[in-house]
Amino acid sequence: MEIGFHGHEFDKAERNTQTLIEKTINWFRSKSIFVVAYGTGCGAIEMPPTFTSRYDAERGGVVGVATPRQADVIIVSGYLAYKTLRRVIRTYEQMQSPKYVIGLGSCAINGGMYWDSYNTIKKLDDYIPVDMLVNGCMPRPEALLEGFAKLQERIRNGEQGGWEKYEKNLEFYKKNQKKVLGENIDPSYEADWYMLKQGATL
Amino acid sequence: MILQILELIVIAYVVGFIYFGTYRNITARIQGRYGPTIYQSFFDSIKLFSKKSSASFGWMFYLGPIIMATGAVMTLMFIPLFNDSDFLRSVTVQGNLFLLLYLMVLGPLGNALAVGTGGNPFGVMGVTRGLSRLFGLELPFYIAIVGLIIASNSADIVHIMDLQKINGLNIWNHPFLFIAAMISMVGFFGESPFDIPGAPQEVYSGPRTEFSGKFLALLMSQGSLFAFAKLVLVTDLFLGGADSLGMLLLKTFAIFITLIFIGIVYGRYKVSQAVDFLMKIPTLIGLIGLVRIIWFG
Repeated sequence: MEIGFHGHEFDKAERNTQTLIEKTINWFRSKSIFVVAYGTGCGAIEMPPTFTSRYDAERGGVVGVATPRQADVIIVSGYLAYKTLRRVIRTYEQMQSPKYVIGLGSCAINGGMYWDSYNTIKKLDDYIPVDMLVNGCMPRPEALLEGFAKLQERIRNGEQGGWEKYEKNLEFYKKNQKKVLGENIDPSYEADWYMLKQGATL
Repeated sequence: MILQILELIVIAYVVGFIYFGTYRNITARIQGRYGPTIYQSFFDSIKLFSKKSSASFGWMFYLGPIIMATGAVMTLMFIPLFNDSDFLRSVTVQGNLFLLLYLMVLGPLGNALAVGTGGNPFGVMGVTRGLSRLFGLELPFYIAIVGLIIASNSADIVHIMDLQKINGLNIWNHPFLFIAAMISMVGFFGESPFDIPGAPQEVYSGPRTEFSGKFLALLMSQGSLFAFAKLVLVTDLFLGGADSLGMLLLKTFAIFITLIFIGIVYGRYKVSQAVDFLMKIPTLIGLIGLVRIIWFG
């Protein structure tokens, strides 16, 4: 498996190797998605209608939660300044796996209208593993809902999630993060834990 | 007996979660949404149990949810489900109402210990608010229960249930006590206007802030067990218990739906407002009921 182009390449092999128990658990996982909505740019405007009466994401089991500890999905909605990236990484690492990332809008894909900005990142996938990118500037709530539906389908099929990529290629992501944030990335709880698990010394 | 206890837990788990699913669905309909299915709480619970990692902050953090679950299961065990039936009576014995009152505060205690270990300021804030609110909630509830004990001349739930067959239901005999207990129940269920401890907009879900994965799943499960236990307790004390499972579900659901309708239409009180209200109105109603019993029998 390659470290993907914008998170689109995933191991399809696991699709057929699920046992019955895994299938059941994955079905339950796909039915219940807790979201921490990280509003960074204009995407923050599109998220409230998605979760409230008009579009009602709760129909599909998608609910907002207040704390990253309980969340399964983080929505990064828009451009990320370096300063915000630090917080997003910290939030992402506080989430408990299996966890997924949705990048909302073209800013998360290639910088969008901030393509030549000196202090925003251009490709979110280089810093945290993105599972689903929703295209548009800004995407409508319908597009975000479709993103959720596709993500649920992928969870149901037992496809590899970004969090596994993050564990396996931690050095790659940390290197990219350090490139823009400097050597002192402040607390990286889960990342430290993974290093211990892999037998490396801290 | 162990088999009966397990049956009891399974029934309470399923019924509790279906009630909470219904609650979410009804809330959605009132807000003009389609809403989740009534099984949504199951999905959430199983997903949380199957999380691959759960952040922990030491052994007390492990023990907290377990103490809470123990409190819920034990409360459930000491409440008789049916009239005149040994089915699912588990360990119910004489004089159990005092024990129940004691067991019911075990949960908040365990919660406070675990949250304190987590060290999250929002969690600690939530627990502080929760315990201050608990002080207000318990006063009218205890007055109602003491009133019933005096009126029935017994602290045994089975005896109180039997007496209601002769004298008529306590909800009609002692309406003031019932109202006081129901207002407390709204708070015990974490409904508006007494839902301040876990307000997501202010304290980021409060006591639950640091709980993830299996810890949160255990908290949710014990919440549904405890909710069912409390509903059965009110049914036993005021609605004369039930003769069959269908009747029990009907009565508990009637209480539950009353509580959630009250909860949905009200806004959120501040802690001071909530305690102020609980110390005045329901306490006064309860005291009127108490005086009525003592003077007029």
